[in-house]
Amino acid sequence: MFVVLNFGGLLTWVERKQSAIMQDRLGANRASIFGIRILGLLHPLADALKMLTKEDFLPARADRLLFKLAPFVSVFFALGAFASIPFGNTLTIFGREIQLQAVTLNVGILYVLAMLSLGVYGLMMAGWASANNYALLGGQRAAALMISAELAIGASIMGVVMVYGSLNMQDIARAQGLPLLPQFFGSWIPAWGILTQPLAFVLFLTAGIAATKRIPFDMPEGESEIIGYFVEYSGMKFGMFAMADFLETVVIAGMTTALFLGGWQIPYLGSAGFAFPWGMEVPLPPLLVTGLQVVAFLTKVVVLIWLLMLIRWTLPRFRYDQAMRLGWLGLFPLAILNIVITGLVLLMLGKA
Amino acid sequence: MTSPYQQSNTPADPKHSSRLGLAQRFYLREVLSGLTLTGARFFANMARHTLHTVFRVKSARGAVTIQYPDERRPYSPRLRSLHRLVRREDGSPRCVACMMCETVCPAHCIYIVATEHPNPEIEKVPERFDIDLGKCVFCGYCVEACPEDAIRMDTGILEFSSFSRGGMIYTKDALLALEPAGPNGVPTSPVPIPADRPMPVIRPAAASRTRA
Repeated sequence: MFVVLNFGGLLTWVERKQSAIMQDRLGANRASIFGIRILGLLHPLADALKMLTKEDFLPARADRLLFKLAPFVSVFFALGAFASIPFGNTLTIFGREIQLQAVTLNVGILYVLAMLSLGVYGLMMAGWASANNYALLGGQRAAALMISAELAIGASIMGVVMVYGSLNMQDIARAQGLPLLPQFFGSWIPAWGILTQPLAFVLFLTAGIAATKRIPFDMPEGESEIIGYFVEYSGMKFGMFAMADFLETVVIAGMTTALFLGGWQIPYLGSAGFAFPWGMEVPLPPLLVTGLQVVAFLTKVVVLIWLLMLIRWTLPRFRYDQAMRLGWLGLFPLAILNIVITGLVLLMLGKA
Repeated sequence: MTSPYQQSNTPADPKHSSRLGLAQRFYLREVLSGLTLTGARFFANMARHTLHTVFRVKSARGAVTIQYPDERRPYSPRLRSLHRLVRREDGSPRCVACMMCETVCPAHCIYIVATEHPNPEIEKVPERFDIDLGKCVFCGYCVEACPEDAIRMDTGILEFSSFSRGGMIYTKDALLALEPAGPNGVPTSPVPIPADRPMPVIRPAAASRTRA
């Protein structure tokens, strides 16, 4: 949880620097303590200080309770969503088995989905409680976007669930270490979700970006048209909304990793060490294996976050109707189609 | 029904048509090509940054931006910057208070009070020579009008700001103390702080930043 929170803060730096590098700029590098700048890494700190010391403004006609509650709801569910994403296999220390997963849930996927969907309540509350028409519009858009995105997310995950036969994310991650179609490829190719469910991967990533409500799906904010659901917010409450966006980015990256990129799996790395399909074996102590797996998970998440940032700084914003059309007429039917195809293939392979 | 406006908006060449083909409407390929472009740019710049900071290859620059207060673009020698009054060899102003610049100034920002010069060969000398830079439009007419080449706009100083309108008025002494800019338009004299400019709160930092 702490790691995720720090990721959220760090992402503001990543966002600034990566966009700067993509655009031939240097990016934020001025914040310094005693003249030490460390590549602008102090900017998140300066931001937090600024946000915390700014005036906490409450609009006159706002619904006081909902207005104050909204950012907390937003951040809470964004943070909570990370709980059931496994970041490593079981760790055995002094005979105790520790699941490298905050909460071991049999219905982990449903839990993450529920948390992601509940996050939109914060935005709707913010939009409603601000007593501001633009905020209300932003909240409405957020709700509409969330529904159209969550449907596609849920439907695209169904294919993964069908292939691996579990709703437990740890089980899914574990199953991705098994070889893909051993009757054809031997043990050469691990059964990562991106290989078994390529269409679902694209759909999930697209819908996931929509769920983070960042550009290209940032109609709820849309700085240039309506300011969005957080128009009336200031100080750290505004910061918490911005934070929630970044946290959701981390959650989506983590989910994509766990479901499609093999989770904490490293190809050919079993619990006893590397076992390459050409017969070579490198035995490793279990603690090192677990450490490697956690590092692998983090690396995959970081790479995915990089990709999400790249998308965010490459594509222009969708119009509201375009996003709706994409969600309802593009992603959702394709996800249903994916379920059908997955079912047919599973039937042909005799697994169903 | 299509209006003539719409027709004229669609060129004959389908490549530049505003109508999207199926592949473009599917969007995924276009997204991927866009991501390839920006991603390639990212890695190219990242490599240059790494060369620059880690391997100290100073010629490799990942950014085209100029870090303004620390580095500046070279200014053109023709640049019209803060005025200065040219001095005679004895340090007195070359200005003879002919009022040409005050007359030609379209912004009426020059104020001259003339007085007798101790040297009988020189007719007059300005007792006061104030330029209100808050009004000045930097047209350079004063420089062109001057028959004595006594006022120039070649200091290279562009950073003069004040917290008050009074602070924008530069007096004779301040203008006389300025030197012409060096090569590349780098100012050689510090930005004068007139006596009537109120002390800024962040004085030391501000002074060090305005210095070139």
